[in-house]
Amino acid sequence: MSIKVEGITKRFGSFTALDNVSLEVPGGSLLALLGPSGSGKTTLLRVIAGLEPPDAGRVLNEDEDMTQTSARERNVGFVFQHYALFRHMSVYENIAFGLRVRKAPKREIHDRVTELLHLVRLEGLGKRYPSQLSGGQRQRVALARALAIRPKVLLLDEPFGALDAKVRDELRSWLRRLHDEIHVTSVFVTHDQQEAFEVADRVVVMNGGRVEQVGAPAEVFENPANAFVMDFLGNVNVIPAQVSNGRARFGSLEWLFPEHDHGDERAATLYVRPHELQIERSPNGGGSMRARVDRINAAGPVAKVFLSSLEGGMGLNVEVSADRYVELNLKTGDTVYVAPRKVRVFTPEYVI
Amino acid sequence: MHNAPLTAVTHNTAGHTIARRDPVWVRWTLILFAVGSLTLLIVVPVVNVFYQALAPGLRGYFNNLVGDPDTLHAIGLTLIIAPIAVTANLVFGVAAAWAIARFKFPGRSLLTALVDLPFSVSPVVAGLMLVLLFGMQGHFGPWLREHGISIIFAWPGLILATTFVTLPFIARELIPVMEAIGSDEEVAAVSLGANGWQMLWRVTLPNVKWGLLYGVILCNARAMGEFGAVYVVSGHIAGRTDTMPLRVEKLFQEYNNPASFAVASLLTLLALVTLVLKVVVARKTRRDLEEAARESAPTGGA
Repeated sequence: MSIKVEGITKRFGSFTALDNVSLEVPGGSLLALLGPSGSGKTTLLRVIAGLEPPDAGRVLNEDEDMTQTSARERNVGFVFQHYALFRHMSVYENIAFGLRVRKAPKREIHDRVTELLHLVRLEGLGKRYPSQLSGGQRQRVALARALAIRPKVLLLDEPFGALDAKVRDELRSWLRRLHDEIHVTSVFVTHDQQEAFEVADRVVVMNGGRVEQVGAPAEVFENPANAFVMDFLGNVNVIPAQVSNGRARFGSLEWLFPEHDHGDERAATLYVRPHELQIERSPNGGGSMRARVDRINAAGPVAKVFLSSLEGGMGLNVEVSADRYVELNLKTGDTVYVAPRKVRVFTPEYVI
Repeated sequence: MHNAPLTAVTHNTAGHTIARRDPVWVRWTLILFAVGSLTLLIVVPVVNVFYQALAPGLRGYFNNLVGDPDTLHAIGLTLIIAPIAVTANLVFGVAAAWAIARFKFPGRSLLTALVDLPFSVSPVVAGLMLVLLFGMQGHFGPWLREHGISIIFAWPGLILATTFVTLPFIARELIPVMEAIGSDEEVAAVSLGANGWQMLWRVTLPNVKWGLLYGVILCNARAMGEFGAVYVVSGHIAGRTDTMPLRVEKLFQEYNNPASFAVASLLTLLALVTLVLKVVVARKTRRDLEEAARESAPTGGA
């Protein structure tokens, strides 16, 4: 079932948590709300769930307006960041809760809970209490409890935020497989771009109560709509530059920038991802800058090389493949030449 | 607020380590002083109550308790009034604690202060307030008399006085427990389709049950033992408005020491039972609070 959000505004006192946000979640898709803390992503999730009434705007479910419907009647599955399991109930009773308050027959409750325990791979743990479970198991109980009521939409608030890195990775790929199996329209909130890219079909980048960009993970990563998205998606080299006459310049480097073809020079920012910078032992014409190797971290599939540019003294962060790293034979203190393969230039008005 | 139970625990452990480093003579002097003063002030008088009560022998003791219809009536009256007052405060306590722990509203701190008021007002003053309201010369006195309702010098006055004096017990116990546990589970219950009652009975009350029971035990002990406020409103009519503590006082004034101490021994027994229950329940409440503190701390784990 698709969910549509139209012009939602929500204020807490003088703070605007959501500023005229519109969004569509196609039926059966898994969508990530990605943003830094305070960007309004959790508030948006709570508005969709009916836990927070919006000051303006509508929430539609298959074109049916449910803005005025209470959380209780929306039939939405909500998974809370800190699980919020009922501490005095067994796992079985936790999962059965939504069915019990709906006065479902005993037989049906038993079948559904058994089915869900199997789905979240917690068979045999039905009699345990939440305090006897690990973090990952608790999160799966929370998920089963939300799914028990056959929700129209599943909402997850930072579902893996409170877990260890390893458990988090496992649960992530498990959630993705689970979604492929049951196809319930899902929205999850995260501040971790890797998590969003790995799990979601579509990513919504939020900032300051507004939607900055919506798109498939690759699309958002490769074509960030603006400087914020580029910056937030992380691990990026920021280079101050000047633009004029259709060119952007930093030191001796130059790139075409047809969007600004006036003669008056203005400041712009260049963004280059670490893997888009190329290290050479010798200068390759005009397109490279001299830099010194400060530090190398060769652990992992790519070697991370930290450089400081000899023109301007700014720090650069480069990723080279393991093969290339061996080929270059880099050592701390070496002087090398760095050339960007791909550059994004953002000025307040222009984007390429 | 969430961290309160945690800090308390840390203080305890810190206190232990410091105490162990003190020289032996300091430790023993302190222990002897504490045990000595407790013996003198509490153990001796309590033992004396039972000694005096049992002085006429077991048969005389029982005769003192059940032989006098006025004494029997006083015991019965206390056993009726205390549960009513506790029930009234149970409803009020849960409602007030919920309002204070869950909502931000204007006058919230005023309500919190008002809940404590009966603790700071002298029980005699509390009784007088009721007399001034409902007595013959009081605001509602004439109206009540016209309608044939008596509150002062009758059991409704006893219930009002007892309820007023014991008002803070349950709310005071519940507020910190509810604040520590937080509203997450309640929000989860609503999102799963529970209505207000289902949330209260299935989630909120089971979570605070030990804190609630602790409050009920304290409230009941105080309700049965209340003297001052009840003294003012009761008019102590033997066989009608005398409660157990009033009966103890009256028998004592009549120089009937064995009978007075016999009733007093019942109240003391109640206090001892309360003490044991209190220790057991307090341990469970503390465990709940610690668990809540652990859960709210954002630690992960496999």
